[in-house]
Formats: sequence, C-alpha cells, structure tokens
Amino acid sequence: MSGPTPTVDAAAVSPWRLVVAEFFASPLAVFGLVLLVIIVGVAVFAPWISPQNPYDLAQLSIMDGRQPPGTESLDGLTFWLGSDDQGRDMLSGIFYGLRISLAVGVLSAIVALAVGMVMGMVAAFFGGWVDALIMRIVDIQLSFPAILIALVLIAVLGQGVDKVIIALITVQWAYYARTVRGTALVERRREYIEAATCLALSKPRILFGHLMPNCLPPLIVVATVQVAGAIALEATLSFLGLGLPITEPSLGLLIANGFQYLLSGRYWISFFPGVALLLTIVAINLVGDQLRDILNPRLKK
Amino acid sequence: MTVYLIRRLMQAMLVLAVMSVLVFLGVFAIGDPIEILIAADATQREKEEARIALGLDRPLIEQYWVFVQNALQGDLGRSFVFNMSALQVILQRFPATFELAMVAMLWTVLFGIPLGLWAGLKPDSFSGKSIMAGSILGFSLPSFWVGLMLIMTFAVVLGWLPSTGRAEPETHFGITSSLWTAKGWSHVMLPSINLALGQIALVIRLTRAGVREAMLMDYVKFARAKGLSQRRVIGVHVMKNIMIPIVTVLGLELGSLIAFAVVTESIFAWPGMGKLIIDSINLLDRPIVVAYLLMTVFLVIFINFAVDVLYSVLDPRVRLKDAGA
Amino acid sequence: MTETLVVERLQTHFFTKAGVVKAVDDVSFSVGRGKVLGLVGESGSGKSVTGFSILGLVDPPGRVVSGAIRFKGENLVGRSEDDWRRLRGARIAMIFQDPMMTLNPVLRIDTQMIEAVQAHEPVSKDVARQRARDALGQVGIPSPDERLRSYPHQFSGGMRQRVAIAIALLHKPDLIVADEPTTALDVTIQGQILAEVQTLARTTGTSLIWITHDLSVVAGLADDICVMYAGKVVEQGTVDAVLDHPLHPYTNGLLGSVPSRNKRGQPLQQIPGMTPSVLKLPPGCAFQARCARVSAACAEPIAMQEFRPEQFARCIHPHRDEVPA
Repeated sequence: MSGPTPTVDAAAVSPWRLVVAEFFASPLAVFGLVLLVIIVGVAVFAPWISPQNPYDLAQLSIMDGRQPPGTESLDGLTFWLGSDDQGRDMLSGIFYGLRISLAVGVLSAIVALAVGMVMGMVAAFFGGWVDALIMRIVDIQLSFPAILIALVLIAVLGQGVDKVIIALITVQWAYYARTVRGTALVERRREYIEAATCLALSKPRILFGHLMPNCLPPLIVVATVQVAGAIALEATLSFLGLGLPITEPSLGLLIANGFQYLLSGRYWISFFPGVALLLTIVAINLVGDQLRDILNPRLKK
Repeated sequence: MTVYLIRRLMQAMLVLAVMSVLVFLGVFAIGDPIEILIAADATQREKEEARIALGLDRPLIEQYWVFVQNALQGDLGRSFVFNMSALQVILQRFPATFELAMVAMLWTVLFGIPLGLWAGLKPDSFSGKSIMAGSILGFSLPSFWVGLMLIMTFAVVLGWLPSTGRAEPETHFGITSSLWTAKGWSHVMLPSINLALGQIALVIRLTRAGVREAMLMDYVKFARAKGLSQRRVIGVHVMKNIMIPIVTVLGLELGSLIAFAVVTESIFAWPGMGKLIIDSINLLDRPIVVAYLLMTVFLVIFINFAVDVLYSVLDPRVRLKDAGA
Repeated sequence: MTETLVVERLQTHFFTKAGVVKAVDDVSFSVGRGKVLGLVGESGSGKSVTGFSILGLVDPPGRVVSGAIRFKGENLVGRSEDDWRRLRGARIAMIFQDPMMTLNPVLRIDTQMIEAVQAHEPVSKDVARQRARDALGQVGIPSPDERLRSYPHQFSGGMRQRVAIAIALLHKPDLIVADEPTTALDVTIQGQILAEVQTLARTTGTSLIWITHDLSVVAGLADDICVMYAGKVVEQGTVDAVLDHPLHPYTNGLLGSVPSRNKRGQPLQQIPGMTPSVLKLPPGCAFQARCARVSAACAEPIAMQEFRPEQFARCIHPHRDEVPA
C-alpha cells in the first residue's frame, strides 16, 4: 500500500517551483495570499494612502468625535468608517494601527526565529547536556500558556514597545527551537552532512551553511503561524492596557478605546479595527495552513 | 509507576522553585518596592527606615530566603490596595475564575468533540468543510474582540443576556457557586462562550485529525470485518483511541483557560483572579501580582503533573510498560 | 449448489482526483465448500481490494462498479450496509496482513472478542466470554483465561495473529478471506499457522481465500489458484496445473523467480521492468511492456480462454506444451 512517494523525488528537482504550483492549487490559500499582500501593502504605504495623519493632533477636531461611518468632517473629509472620540478618522487610524501591529509582530517573529533557530540547531548538533538543558527549558516554557508568560514579563519589566517585543520574543522562541531541533536531528544523519564532515569543514560552516537551509521548510510554516499569534498576543496585551503606549495605537488599543462606546451602540470604533485584525490573522493562517499541507511530508500520500 | 511518579513530582517541584526565583527577582529586585509602598512626599529618612523594616537592606539571597519561608507559610505579602493578605485576596477570587473555566471546558467538550468527529468522518462533505473553516476562524479570531462582538450582539442589540458581572453565588450541598440560579447561568453564558471558542476550535482540529488517522487503521477495518455496527466501531474503537490525546490536551488547556480568563474577565467584568491581576498591575499592587503569578504557575504545574499521571492511566501501553519496569 | 462463493466479472474502481483506478477489473472465480483458493499477485495487483470487495469493505473513493458476488447463491452486490454487517464476521470472516495493527491497542482482548460474539448472537457477556475462551484454546493459545484479560501489545506477532484467527472462527463462518496473514510473521510461525488453518478448513468445511504474493505458500495450501496482475486475473486453474504448467508469461516469470533446491547455483530469473501505473494501463494486456513474447496483437483486449481442462489464461502467446523455465 505504501509505495515510494514520487513527490519526494520530484521535489528534489525543483522544490520551490513545485511548492508554488501546489500553493496556487487551493483557491482559499490564494485568497489568503492576495488578502495578505493587500494588508501588507496598506501597512507599508499607510502614510501615503491614509486620508489623514491620525497622530497629527492639529488635523483633529474634537467636534468630529464619535461620528458614524459615512459622516463628513468639518474639514470636508468623509469618515468612511466613522471617527473615534478624538475626532480621528477610523480608516486612517486602522491603516497606521496595522502598520504598528504588523511591524511589532514581524519584528518579534524574526528575532524569535533567529534565537530559536540557533538554540535548536546548537541543541541538535551538540547533543548531550547542551541538548538536554535547552530542550528542558523549551519544554517548561511551552507548558505554560503564552499569555501567562507575557503577563509575568510585563509585570516584571514594565510597559513599553521594547518590553512588549521582548515578551513576544520570549513567548515564541521555544516553538522555533523545538521545530528546528526536530528537523536538524533528522537532517544531520543525512549523507550530505556526513560528506561535509568528511571534507573537514568547520562546525559553524556545516551548521549554518549546510544544515540550516535544509531546516527551513518546517520553520517557514511555524513562522507564519507564529506571526499571527504574535499579532494577536500584542493586540490582546494592548487591549488589556499592558501593551503599546497610547501615543502609537496598534489595532488592539484602537479596539480597547472603542470598548467604552460599544454599550451605547457606537460599534464602529471597536468593530472596524477588529475586522482589520481578524482579516490579517485569517490571511496569515490561510497561507500558513496551505504551506503546512504542502511542506509536511507526512501528509503526502 | 511509583518511580515515574516520584521523578515527575520532583521535576514539578524544581520548575516551581525556578519560577519562584524568577518571579521574586523580577518583582522585588528589579523595581524598588519602596517607591511604590511609601508616599511620594516621604523624606529620605522615612524611606531608609521603611527599607530596614521591610528587610530590603539585606542581601538578595537572604531576602529570597525570607520570601520563600513566608510563601511556604502562605504569606505572600499584604496588598496595600485591599490591606489584606495577598494570598487571601487571590483565593477569594479564585472560585469565580474556576467556575468560568469549568463552564468553558463544558462547552469545549460538548461542542468540540462531536463537531470534530463529524468533520473527521465526513472530511469532504460540505458540513465537514464548513466545520473546519469555522475552526480556522475560531483560531484566528482574537478572543477579546469576539468578546466585544458577543456583548454587542447579545447584550446591546438583542438584549438577551447580561453583558457584565457575576450573579450572587449560593451554597447548596456544600458547593458555593453562582450556577445554582438561572440568573447565574445567564451571566456566565457570554464570558464562558468567549473563553471556550479558541478551545473548541482546538478540540475540533484534534478530534478530526485523530478520527481521520484512526479510520485508516487496520483495527478499524478489522472491527468492521467482525460485523460490528458503525456506531460501535466509531463509539468504542475510534473514540477510545482518540480520547487519550484529547483528554490530555483538554487537561493541559485547563491551565490555558485559567490564564486566558484574564482577558475574558476584563471584558465581562467577571470578578475573578484575572480581572484582579490586570487591576493590580496597573495599580502596581506588587504583592497581589506575585501571589497571582505564583498561584497560577503552581496551578499550571499541578495540572500538567495530574495530566501526565492521567495519561499513563489511560493508555494501557504506557501504564503496563511502567508497571513492568 | 456446492460453491460457497462465486465472483462474476467483478469490477471495483477507485475514483481519485488523479483519475479512475481500476483496482479490480473483470475478475471471476469460485470457491467450493471446504476448498482453498490462492489469490496470487504482487502488491498493487488488486488482490487485497478483491478481498475487501467480498466483505463489502471497500471505502470511498472506491466502490464495486459492476459484477456479482454470489455467496451461497445470493448476490451480495448492492445489498444494504446492514445486510453486509450481518454477514461480516458471521458467515464471511477476514484475517488481515499485519497482526500488530489489526487488534485495537487500547481495548483488552476479551472486549474485542466478546463484542464480536455479541454482534451476531444475542448472548450474555458470560456466554460470549466462554465462547471467546474456547476459540483461543482452539487456535493453540495457552492459558486463555489469563490471556483474555491482556492487551494486544502484551502478545507477540504470532500470538496476535492467532487471536485474529480465533476471532474469525468465532461464528464458524462459511468463508474466510485471509489477506497475507503470514507475511509479517517469522518463517517457523508461518508454517505452524498454515498447517493449523489447513486443518481447520478441512475439519469445519470452511472455504478459504488465501491472498498472498508468495507462490510457495499457495503450493502447499490451495486447491485452486488465481493469478492477478494489474487488476485482472491473468491465469487461473487447479494448483497443480498452474504451478506445473503455467500458461501466462507472468505466471511463468513468477515461478521462475522462486528460489528452489533444484535450481541451486543458477541465477534466479527476474521479471524485467516495473508494475505499470494503475492510472494509465495500456489497452490490451497489462503485462505487454514486460513480456518477452509480446506482439502487436497484445495491444487489443484479450479474453480469458480455456487452454487445458480447468486451466484458463488471458494470453494469446501462452507457454503451451513447454517445460517451465
């Protein structure tokens, strides 16, 4: 029943083209990717496409506060998604908020990936007590809910952008470390590592030049899921008032700001930033899900 | 088995010890408690006196030792907001959080397992695919935003359920809970659903994956070849196999539920530990923060330990191997 | 009616995304009461799917497309799932290839045997247990009482296969489909089980379909032989006729690749090439690409033909009146 999987051989020929082709086979994943590209585009070009600079208090008028979607401001600007209590255009607020949320999420994911990858590979390559120590720390950390760890860190370090990023990195690195170690343990037994060892290449060179590139596919999958997780966690912390400062509102803080107006029916202040957050996370997860299905050799039959 | 238990217990103790050091260092050593405990207009002399009175002039090791000794006696300091023993404040709030987490767990089991089973048995049907799409959404939806939307829909627009607070608890048969009354259930409904959504999504995925894997197994085909009904094949042969990982994960997720109650309680003004910790962090009520963190860490470690034991009881392969060794 | 089972022009196809796989394509054979049919072929030849078709255990995307499966005169194709369930395990039993996988790892042996008894007979648990114990004794398992309380992983592979055989025998079925039941076992245990099964079939009048890729197993066991290649029967007849005077070049090749004493020192023959992909079979003979006797006419559909009394082959260039290589 379990014959050799031809896809494995084919993947050795042109892995990336195959991945791309398979990725586009799922309309849902393509939808996710398109959505993600749009969201990233909006975040990157926020200063140029926003109707208003939401941080520039001179542009805001308190008289425009809490206007429902579609209202025109005193300056003749249309609040397509309404305005908040400061008279800030929600659409512009969301564009800038996306920028901050994505930046924090991606930055923390990149650092966490780097830390986790190095730790994971060191653990796999050296083995012995190094491995035992690193993996024990990983195990212990993963046994605690992410939000609890973030709370401990925020309680200890205090608040601020840098602290939030540190908390996000601390929460995430263990996932990467575990994934990398698992893959590296399999990969290091392959012939090409033996060949590199026989050529007497230096350990760092084998580690980073030969082993690392082959550990990347599963990492990419974990990374997509983790970026989504980091964005959600940052939003949660900001919502609780423990995250980013009020001067640079991320999506979570925008939602928190609207919370108090929700009960009086002014839903738009919380609703639209929430939709933006939701779309971002859904888009990343859709892409990640498809990548996992493609890159996971266990599911190939 | 006994050896395994003892080893596992020692591991748990070690983790607890490490976490206590981290929390102590973090909360007591990095910040200066005097700045918070003493009024801002206090003189330098008054500050020094307070420092000596609190033992903050002594070396860190010694301070930690005192901290541990006190902690072991249940003394985690006094909250200066409530002017009570911090542990007592936490323990007062614990039943509310526990109640919320248990109701959320109930929804998780009640909805997650049947939906996952259905999606696993009919993976290509429209209903199966819809369930999976729903679970992706359940994963993606930031729980605090879902909470707001629940309030908006069911409390503001429809007016069916109360949006905040917990009903007055009553005691029957020695159990104090707000769930003895219909009002209690109406209050717990929205927050518990909010807390459960992510877990339901997780259990759906887990159950579905387990069912799909189990259905391909020879033992399922053999059970069918014996002439068993589909109901017995799925209800006994498949379920018994997938329940082991599901029970394990559910157990572990109980810790998550208690930790994530922080968010839900803040939204729905549920008077549990979670709301307390956020207030305390903002008010810099450090003894409460320490008491909460240690308490939750202890809970999570205890739950993990209990689940490990449960796992070895549930799975005959693990159970008997250890018994033989 | 002396035949226990008659399979007529059976077609079982799998409707996959990549195309239609004709796993079983126009297969006909019959098994008499107390007789043993050897169903021989390499992996992917459709022999296992044939076996599953007889028990109505073909899962989607596969299904029986056409043909008849007459069991004691009654056609089973198109019957309701409930009819099938009543037959399975009671009148037609199956033994699977890998004994490590066929018993449910988390259920005790007694659970798995008692449910098999109760699936077909409304007897009490105690009676069912008694039956289970007797069945274990029958297949030579020592101290069956104690063994009943064990879990599968406490048994060796050979013992597990005996348990599976005991389960198959519980209701004294008219037909047992055995899908390579000895392949995963040690050679010595293989021999034991073969001998026991043969005795059982002879004494109880149970018919057997023995699916295997191993001609030497069939030689000592079967009355008739059916050789399958790429979903089609290429040769069938009595065991002596087929093994002594194979007609089809594929059967001939199979026989040539069996090591035996009188060929010591000579290189083993092998069949050149690979099994064709079941997705794109050539029209006509599926074996043409690997056959030394191939001609242009082989690309046309070939019918089954009786070349000698009770020996059929699907070939236009058979090895007639030749000494097998």
